[in-house]
Amino acid sequence: MEKSRKKLNVIITAAFLIALYALTILLDAVIAPTSRMYMLITVIQKSAVYALVAVSMNLLNGFTGLFSLGQAGFMLIGAYTYAIFSIPSENTASVYQYYDAVVTFSFQEAINGLFGLEATAAPGLILGALLAMLLAGAVAALFAWLIGLPVLRLKSDYLAIATLGFAEIIKAIFQWAKLGPLTNGSNVLRGYTRLSDFTFEIGGTSVSFATFVPVFVASMCILLIVLLINSSYGRAFKAIREDEVAAEAMGIKLFKHKQMAFCISCFFAGVGGALLAMFMNTIQAAQFKSSMTYEILLIVVLGGLGSVTGSCIASFLFIACSEWWLRGLDSGSFLGIESTIFRSGFRLVVFSVIIMLVVLFFRKGLMGQKELPDLFRRRRKPAAAPASAEGGASK
Amino acid sequence: MELFDKLLPYLLSGISVGGQYALIAVGYTMVYGILRLINFAHGDVFMVAGLMMVYVSTWAPLYVAIPLVILLTVLLGFVIERVAYKPLRRAPRMSVMISAIGVSYLLQNLALYVTGGLNKNYPTIPWISDTVSVFGATTKMVTLVTPVLTFLLVVLLVQLINHTKIGMAMRAVARDFETSSLMGIKINNVISITFIIGSFLAAIGSMLFFTNYPGVTPTVGAMPGLKAFVAAVFGGIGSIPGAVIGAFIIGICENIIKGLDTLLTTFGVIQQPLGLSTFADAFTFVLLIVILVFKPTGLFGEKATDKV
Repeated sequence: MEKSRKKLNVIITAAFLIALYALTILLDAVIAPTSRMYMLITVIQKSAVYALVAVSMNLLNGFTGLFSLGQAGFMLIGAYTYAIFSIPSENTASVYQYYDAVVTFSFQEAINGLFGLEATAAPGLILGALLAMLLAGAVAALFAWLIGLPVLRLKSDYLAIATLGFAEIIKAIFQWAKLGPLTNGSNVLRGYTRLSDFTFEIGGTSVSFATFVPVFVASMCILLIVLLINSSYGRAFKAIREDEVAAEAMGIKLFKHKQMAFCISCFFAGVGGALLAMFMNTIQAAQFKSSMTYEILLIVVLGGLGSVTGSCIASFLFIACSEWWLRGLDSGSFLGIESTIFRSGFRLVVFSVIIMLVVLFFRKGLMGQKELPDLFRRRRKPAAAPASAEGGASK
Repeated sequence: MELFDKLLPYLLSGISVGGQYALIAVGYTMVYGILRLINFAHGDVFMVAGLMMVYVSTWAPLYVAIPLVILLTVLLGFVIERVAYKPLRRAPRMSVMISAIGVSYLLQNLALYVTGGLNKNYPTIPWISDTVSVFGATTKMVTLVTPVLTFLLVVLLVQLINHTKIGMAMRAVARDFETSSLMGIKINNVISITFIIGSFLAAIGSMLFFTNYPGVTPTVGAMPGLKAFVAAVFGGIGSIPGAVIGAFIIGICENIIKGLDTLLTTFGVIQQPLGLSTFADAFTFVLLIVILVFKPTGLFGEKATDKV
């Protein structure tokens, strides 16, 4: 019974992912940048990035019960690491106008050079971007490890404010003029490999992978997080969430597991930051404000604390509403109604009211603690579903 | 003596900013003491108070505008508590904190909508915006008024808490939520009064703060709010004198760091400016982490024990 259920879960997830990948490539091929539907592509790209970061935050806040608000700081580390090692040597001088750059090469061109290809060839581009993303995650995880040593001993809200503080400290360090040769001070970083660079000649026609890349990377990372959550480590995390003292009494090393959850979560936040840099084309430390963390937290809450699927769906809805569907509220007419109250900023007001309603009246969010395969199962066994939904949410 | 002359301007603005943080920090520390909630929206209440002053002063004279703004801010604090926190009283602490973040998001977006994202110039309040000279350093009157006013208000508040019936109820609720409700204390009233006092002080703080500040923007409250919270933690959460002392220390340190480059170069310690002013905001959080690691209960906090 248990085995066949697991098999079904794998099949559902795999089918869903394959359909998603096919859809992204199809959309990239069909929708022209000038079309009105191009917004859909932007939304998919951005929500893939936010989904990854939201799931990484959910791993901490929803599954381990550690209330961390440092996500924007770790995304910043990831984004900067990626950008610094992806700016090709020909762009270095124009980006680092006021400093003597320390890193004057990009992984992309270095790998192509290794194989004797020209600087912008596809193999180096892909491998270099992957390497830079891995490094971005690793650097973020390293910082997380250092930060975790003092702060993970703190209790819930103290931990929240300490991690929020660390994000601010990191932001200040990256803007420090003395680190300019590495981080370009408070100026923007640009000219690195972007999403739109992933367009390759296949059989004579050029195929764009600009949407496929973030969706693929994010989904693979999310898959890894899901595997972790379902492993014995994941069960230890959930035990810590339910009751720290009881978990310790059962032989779970509290600090080790908290440190582990924190580092892994920050690794993926770093990768998410790298993807965000690819999406945004230019990055600047000042963009990674604490309000970014709040947005991601609200996505996690909307989707349901403790549901990976929920975080993914909520990030799509959140980004689609704020970038696309509710745009009319800002520009004068919405659903055919025209009014003067629909002016700049009204969209965000409506949006935050919706969020407050969810926070106050639908505390479980969209999915509670359910996952994608549960949705298919519920239809067949309606009696079993409410019991499982009540389980952890009543805490 | 030369050191004193150079240091004085930074010290003065540090004391002034410290007093303004103190007025916000008292609101944080009282709410945390009673509800165990970091009221993330408190900094935004402070911002909204500033914004209301901008709009009210366009049609009302100052002697009407000032009391009206204080009244409206108090009302705002009261409504926020009733609408966003009261329904979650039995919910886990994380939910209430998320609700606070939601309120903060809502207030910032509302301010963005109302102002159109533009910087609104704060009205000049006469007398406290006058320029004065202290030991050769020119500054605004508000710099001198702030510490005095802060001190007076805090002394009043401490008297209120220690010597009145409602103060006793507050202390009881902060000590033990459940038991005090069993003893017939109307918890909801006590919590509302806590929010009213907090918002009242935030409104006064905003008047002093924005007199020294170019204008009001929707996100202007976030940083002072966070710093005031750090001050509350530094002084020991729940302790009002602790919050005030913490706020002054943070305000002074922050301003000295802003001027550290100039100070160090004048005295020949360093040749090139180090750009240390970037860390003026970050320093607050370094202080927070140091205090949390070495003395988690803060300077004057009571020791909390965890029961299984």
